[in-house]
Amino acid sequence: MNFDLSGDQQAIQDLCREFARDVVAPQAEALDREAEFPYAIVRQMAGLGLFGLPFPEKYGGAGADTVSYALAVMELARIDASVAITLAAHVSLGASPFYLFGTEAQKAEYLVPLARGEQLWGFGLTEPGAGSDAGATQTRAELRAGQWVINGTKAFITNSGTDLTGGTTITAVTGTDAAGRSEISNIIVPQATPGFTRSKKYNKMGWRASDTRELSFADAAVPEGNLLGVRGRGLKQFLQILDGGRISVAALSVGLAWGAYDEALKYAKARIAFGQPIAKFQAIQFKLADMRMEIEHARVMVMKAAWEKDEGRDFALTASLAKLYSGEVSRRVVNEAVQIHGGYGFMDEYPVSRMYRDQKINEIGEGTNEIQRLVIARLMGL
Amino acid sequence: MVIPEDRQLNIVVAVKLVPDTNADKRIDPQTRRLVRSAAETVLNPFDEYAIEAGLQLKEQLADGSSVTIVTMAPESGKEVVRKALAMGADRAVMLSDPAFAGSDVWATAYVLAAGIRRIGFDLVLTGTQSTDAITGELPGALAEYLGVPGLTYAREIHVAAGRVRVKRETDTGYQTLSAPLPALASITKSAAEPRFASLKGIMAAKKKEIAVLRLADLEIAQAVGGDGAKLEVTELTASPARAAGKTVTAADGNAGARTIVAFLKERNLL
Repeated sequence: MNFDLSGDQQAIQDLCREFARDVVAPQAEALDREAEFPYAIVRQMAGLGLFGLPFPEKYGGAGADTVSYALAVMELARIDASVAITLAAHVSLGASPFYLFGTEAQKAEYLVPLARGEQLWGFGLTEPGAGSDAGATQTRAELRAGQWVINGTKAFITNSGTDLTGGTTITAVTGTDAAGRSEISNIIVPQATPGFTRSKKYNKMGWRASDTRELSFADAAVPEGNLLGVRGRGLKQFLQILDGGRISVAALSVGLAWGAYDEALKYAKARIAFGQPIAKFQAIQFKLADMRMEIEHARVMVMKAAWEKDEGRDFALTASLAKLYSGEVSRRVVNEAVQIHGGYGFMDEYPVSRMYRDQKINEIGEGTNEIQRLVIARLMGL
Repeated sequence: MVIPEDRQLNIVVAVKLVPDTNADKRIDPQTRRLVRSAAETVLNPFDEYAIEAGLQLKEQLADGSSVTIVTMAPESGKEVVRKALAMGADRAVMLSDPAFAGSDVWATAYVLAAGIRRIGFDLVLTGTQSTDAITGELPGALAEYLGVPGLTYAREIHVAAGRVRVKRETDTGYQTLSAPLPALASITKSAAEPRFASLKGIMAAKKKEIAVLRLADLEIAQAVGGDGAKLEVTELTASPARAAGKTVTAADGNAGARTIVAFLKERNLL
């Protein structure tokens, strides 16, 4: 058993900690207020190689491990969840499907520019009427004269409409199987495809600086070769993609909780009430001790899931446990962090106010708490 | 020694490992030295400007010139040194020996000079000071022991035709100085911002060499470590706690301002 980070894991954590503190932190409040996509930050992150962090060097990546990836997301989320989700969605949802299921030609065409951070990419699963019930996908792709002709709508798609976005990979019904069930496949849809349009950015409660849009497909045609992976395996493939994604979303929750704890601790030491810093009062100490305990617990779970993935083991259960638990921990921690700040925590100029808003989606995105419990129960054999 | 124009340069950046400024610090009352733990050791932030200057010179020359990091530190600091390699330096040399412990700035400069001569150098770069001792004396002492011109407080540095030219910052303006190589320059914080180590750099640094030189590997002709130190810390005391401030209560803002102005004038502070 060894809880020490390796030299390069430590170096990647240090890099992301310094980058978040020196580059991201001074811009976080304004980006959130203006709901402005952090182009300058994203370009710098691309230059540092963060968007290709876990992919092999031959595909333009850095060849680092999942533990390092989780550490990177955690450190960014400690300062700004919008920046963290932009990275996490790109790596886990945008680029990973090409790495996991793409042909060598698709990897060369799509994965390499994504790993280099030259492009961003979306993953379109959710629909206005199909969220947790992803099998209810209504979007259809019909094969006509060597082309997939797509019709339908996708909702809440991250990184789908930035100036850097190259396209989105979607799930679509491509037929029915022998038993009459929908056959779902993954299809690559480049941004310039006629008939493929993006809405304006949603006006969101949290993650305001990240890019989230609704996508519409009206007879949008792409070549037959834009099928990603095996026809009819779309549902299975995206479940596998989401397993990996849970590690990064769990890391994001831990980072967010940690950032709120950092702020609460700093505030409690500085704020004087009844003649002494409020950190001297047991009521505040107990809150901070509980926050620390829960963050440490969640962090260890995330690291274990990442480690299992790096070891090539089945990590689905640990990743689900970590995602569910760290999402709930982040809610309790941001709530107490605001409570410790008192009225100031309700004011926008204190980061905990933004963190409080950024937290809620951690319990909804990439599998709600309820779906997560279902996944866990199934993995327990129930 | 005259350095021919077309030769690749050996740029050596001397760095110090210091306690993380964000970590809690403790002084051993017996030795009056800082208790150092490996986990809380970082590259001296001032030295990152020297590393950046060295890397930019190397990139501008683009002729195969190299950047070598040298530090006098226990081997436990290896991973800290690796950060400089991740930023892009080619190799590192650690001068590590229990005999070096307790060196003051002069003994440190002497050991560093011995190490740098052993490595071979055309240009030595340093930061202007360390965040722990803050003497600011090392660049001068090192130039002295190396027997080369010391161009201190450089905010810009160029190398051409076997000479180094720096723009130097003074209290009242700038000087441009030039000297033949080999030479030493210390780089200020107003030079280029140090780069972040990229992922590519971090992964590449794993394969780069960090050599370790001991006392016996160096030509040392005088006492080093605590025995070679000229300076001794004779006493350490905490600064006195600041007295509570004075609160001015007044009927309105104008009256309050007048009271404060009078208070400051009385003490010749205004």
